[in-house]
Amino acid sequence: MTTELTVTRGRGAEPRPPRRDDNDDIGSGKSWRYKLTRLDVKFSPYLYIAPFFILFAVVGLFPLLYTAYISLFDWELGGDEQPFVGIDNYAELLADSQFWNAMVNTLSIFAMSTIPQIITCVLLAVLLNTALRGRTGWRMGVLLPYVASLVALTIIFGDLFGVQYGIINDLIEMIGLDRIDWQAERWWSHVAIASMVNWRWTGYNALIVLAAMQAIPRDIYEAAWVDGASKVRQFFSITLPMLRPTLIFVVVTSTIGGLQIFTEPLLFSPSAGVNGGATNQYQTVVLYMYSSGFRSFDLGYASAMAWVLFAVIIAIAGINYLITRKLATSGEA
Amino acid sequence: MATVADRQASTGVKRARKSKGKAGSLAERRPGFVVYGILIAFILGSAFPFYWSFLVASHDDAKFTAEMPLLPGGNFFHNAGRVLDSIPFWKALGNSVIVSGTVTVSVVILSTLAGFAFAKLRFKGRGPLMVFVVATLAVPTQLGIIPLYMAMAEFGWSGTLGAVIIPNLVTAFGVFWMRQYIADAVPDELIEAARMDGCSMIRTFWHVCLPAVRPAAAMLGIFTFMMSWNDFLWPLIVLNADNPTMQVALEKLQSGYYVDNSLVLAGTTMATVPILIVFLVLGRQIVAGIMQGAVKG
Repeated sequence: MTTELTVTRGRGAEPRPPRRDDNDDIGSGKSWRYKLTRLDVKFSPYLYIAPFFILFAVVGLFPLLYTAYISLFDWELGGDEQPFVGIDNYAELLADSQFWNAMVNTLSIFAMSTIPQIITCVLLAVLLNTALRGRTGWRMGVLLPYVASLVALTIIFGDLFGVQYGIINDLIEMIGLDRIDWQAERWWSHVAIASMVNWRWTGYNALIVLAAMQAIPRDIYEAAWVDGASKVRQFFSITLPMLRPTLIFVVVTSTIGGLQIFTEPLLFSPSAGVNGGATNQYQTVVLYMYSSGFRSFDLGYASAMAWVLFAVIIAIAGINYLITRKLATSGEA
Repeated sequence: MATVADRQASTGVKRARKSKGKAGSLAERRPGFVVYGILIAFILGSAFPFYWSFLVASHDDAKFTAEMPLLPGGNFFHNAGRVLDSIPFWKALGNSVIVSGTVTVSVVILSTLAGFAFAKLRFKGRGPLMVFVVATLAVPTQLGIIPLYMAMAEFGWSGTLGAVIIPNLVTAFGVFWMRQYIADAVPDELIEAARMDGCSMIRTFWHVCLPAVRPAAAMLGIFTFMMSWNDFLWPLIVLNADNPTMQVALEKLQSGYYVDNSLVLAGTTMATVPILIVFLVLGRQIVAGIMQGAVKG
């Protein structure tokens, strides 16, 4: 519609330069200028979107597909030949207890980080949605962790959770409990790593939820108030259901991020490195993938792992989408 | 966006006050000490790791392990000097600035161009192509790092900053974000007028579209910069210890047989300061950007 209009006007507005070969196309009015405009209108849009598609094809789609191809070979980095092994890598992977251990660790850390985080960020958003003085200041305050460098923070948290000198153990001892070996004990190490994730993302997600809360029409609350609904009731019957799309968004994005967790377990303890602790107690799937591919140089095996993880991410994001939809709907009375 | 919502909230307060403090909704309630108390506790918790990092960095490592000091000591510059001796700190900082700066400029320009085409130009396949862009948001590019690494090695780009920059030159999120904004913020009539005056497509983009989208482009720029600054896995794989980005250099600082806490945390403090300054200057815009993106997305 727009193009057609602009083309016609464009031609009309341009005085055609007097050219001898104009006679060749009498009546059609196709001067070189017109042809240029015509080409411009027709191809410019493709030119403008091309960088994205070319780049995605080269660094997104191709690598993902090529990863699938490599996963069918016994592909050692620096090896002389890469024999085709079919689904052997996948079979080996599914029988690999270290992989399942890493998968359980990933899911455990993911659950420990996502569930408390969603609850906390909704409550925090409720607090921020009150008529606070200095609103922007509070919002910047809760966002502070989001801007910090992930590597720096992971190192700092590793220090806070130190066994002998960590301040968290000092505090635990102060209230009369035993010091916890945050690095050695499997579930405690997950708690520590999840706490880093929560610390970093809760404020950010709270602001997203807050934005959605402010978009809820006020009339609904007024009507509910007239009908005598308590504030708690209003929260569960109005706020939560209206937040549904936003909660789905938050849960799905944290699923995709959470299942790829890498930096935190890699740097949690200086000595553990890619193994994720002496008994792999906090090795995650991406960490194991990194270890297989770039430390053991077994690229075929690492590639198979990448694809299994991709499938798991899609599946869990889908399940979370359905659960969140259901949960937020059942609040509707 | 945020200011409109704020205004609504504050008129809500006035209304609530008129009805003798009996607020009708959560949004109209005047917060008491409890709310402020919880928020202050939350923010103190948010700030504590930063303080801790500086605290440890400003003490001698041996003294630190003996007892837990609560106030900063005078050793920070000594420790900072040791950081400069241990890792190529300035080089890493410069590399991070180059990588994040280049990526940011490129993402903003290319995303705005694509967003302009998707929002305002008519062409065959526009709908399906846009759906494709959104679908790619779900593809975790991290999982394609093995072939990407092989490709970089093949081209001889391993160890160079180009290997970190190139994969990030344009993002699906950027295209999506700019399309949403341009569709709202740039009137069709303005574009038609420019076209009638004989502007080519690219001139129309440059003189009509670009000036109108500055706020959204600034937001996208801030987010892209921070994301690129914090990227770790890919730079760790493709760069080496001599030519690292800040994140990779920090990792090297920590790995070793004996970990000197004061040294390591002096490094993290020094790496955190630039980004904290950016946050203090641009925090208001970052907050507004998150809130706006959330409503639109």
